[in-house]
Amino acid sequence: MIWNESSECMRPDEMRDLQNKRLRTTVERVYHNSTFYRSRMQEMGVSPMDIETIDDLVKLPFTVKTDLRDQYPFGLFSAPMSEIVRLHASSGTTGKPIVAGYTRKDLGTWSEVMARTFAAGGCSRNDIFQIAYGYGLFTGGLGAHYGAEMLGASVIPISAGNTEKQIQLMTDFGSTALCCTPSYALYLAEAIQEMGVRDKLKLRCGFFGAEPWTEEMRREIENKLKIKAFDIFGLTEIIGPGVAYDCEAQSGMHINEDHFLPEIINPQTLQPVAPGEIGELVFTTITKEGMPVIRYRTKDLTSLTYETCSCGRTSVRMHKIMGRSDDMLIIRGVNVFPSQIESVLLEFGEAAPHYHIFVDRANNTDTFEVHVEVRPENFSDDLSSMLNLRKRIEARIQSVVGIHAQVKLVEPRSIERSTGKAKRVTDNRKLY
Amino acid sequence: MIIQQLSIFLENKTGRLTEVTQVLGQAGINLSAFSMAESSDFGIMRVILSDPEKAQHLLTEKGFTVTLSDVVCLRVPNTPGTLSQALLVLSEAGVSIEYMYAFARKDDAALVVIRANDTQRCIDALQSSNLNLVKASEMYDF
Ligand SMILES: [Zn+2]
Repeated sequence: MIWNESSECMRPDEMRDLQNKRLRTTVERVYHNSTFYRSRMQEMGVSPMDIETIDDLVKLPFTVKTDLRDQYPFGLFSAPMSEIVRLHASSGTTGKPIVAGYTRKDLGTWSEVMARTFAAGGCSRNDIFQIAYGYGLFTGGLGAHYGAEMLGASVIPISAGNTEKQIQLMTDFGSTALCCTPSYALYLAEAIQEMGVRDKLKLRCGFFGAEPWTEEMRREIENKLKIKAFDIFGLTEIIGPGVAYDCEAQSGMHINEDHFLPEIINPQTLQPVAPGEIGELVFTTITKEGMPVIRYRTKDLTSLTYETCSCGRTSVRMHKIMGRSDDMLIIRGVNVFPSQIESVLLEFGEAAPHYHIFVDRANNTDTFEVHVEVRPENFSDDLSSMLNLRKRIEARIQSVVGIHAQVKLVEPRSIERSTGKAKRVTDNRKLY
Repeated sequence: MIIQQLSIFLENKTGRLTEVTQVLGQAGINLSAFSMAESSDFGIMRVILSDPEKAQHLLTEKGFTVTLSDVVCLRVPNTPGTLSQALLVLSEAGVSIEYMYAFARKDDAALVVIRANDTQRCIDALQSSNLNLVKASEMYDF
């Protein structure tokens, strides 16, 4: 079901006109209401008059996370506090949190994009929503809450935690849709399995976000809970959940581009990449009043596709986040992301094997070696087929990344395991 | 007539081969035959041993990548022509050989391990030409 057909299925030329108009309004607003943005623009010699269409975006300054921290708490607001009706903050693990302020109109926008999200997953006023995101300063709980209310669904504001109670209410109230983090969804799935109560549940879908998760995890949640699992993308800096959403085709998340204008840039040169290429996702909000952000660098890596989706929506879609831009390597002048290597290796088995990238410099040329652990399903007693496997991996890396990597097959467990975030790269080049 | 062969993926690092033989030796598993196929940076060790499944389990536990495959073992007496006859029989039967290796036995005969693309056809072809195959049970006691 499509919640707002005129926006979600808008003709591309009409969308562009709308974005042009909204971008101009936003630039005017920040220039005249935020000292931060005004001085940034003045430093670059740009005035609102220079911004006519979205092609002029490149003239505008970038905003980064530290800007938001430096302006703590309200320095980036472009509306007077008398118009701010809600404050949220990210749970910054280091330093000061990031604060977001919403006007009444912003809250309306947020509910609207969340209602689109839920409708895209096949939900309507007949659904019963169990909101198991945390309520409070975190945007997850209230964002999903008001979106589900706008949809007209029945909302259970249970918040996060207390698994036993979650399952009890899910059973007694007949919840049909679940909203929580993907890791909590898996935890719940296991508890439900253990209690053997799946047959008593009416649950048929879930909307999961606020942390990165893999396609593999999606299948696991879907199989264990016997539901359809939808991804929600969002950032407190932009609005919270609802920046982009999965449709039933699950082939990339539709960006609410009438509100949040995306760009993909090369994190090194800061120039836009060619259409369809991987790079860092950058957002400019074009309807927000409380805290609009201009060219906010998310540090997330993804790519965009502008083809019309099989669901009928015309809005641009973003690929699942493929990593962080800080992980980018430049080898022989080419940008290489560890996630690209991972995606290649995934083609050779059920799960991606452990791998490690070694970069060094010999005779003034970068060396690029990928060590790949041999998993039982890839192992053959025939030497020539093993050599062939190595050759096929090298060929796929070459075609995906664009440069040749020397692949070395190594024994399982020979690549060091690190707790938490695995370190995938050793760069021994002494360039500085 | 099918014999199970255990293959182990090994990086060309010192000590790994010793580790394999130690694991097997400590478990009382006897090696009857073994061969190495090597590339520049890794190798595949193929062994015929008394308890292939136990060996697979033990080595997997130790973190090795192993696989079991079916092979055929041909007895080649110390008379000329047997091996070339066998190869001719197989090629006429449309059986292709992925690899083979030989080892000697006390009784003067050589044993040739053959990994074919179709093990059953390989056995049928060799037996119908009265070539002498070794049973799995005979492999381990010499
Ligand atoms: Zn779609």
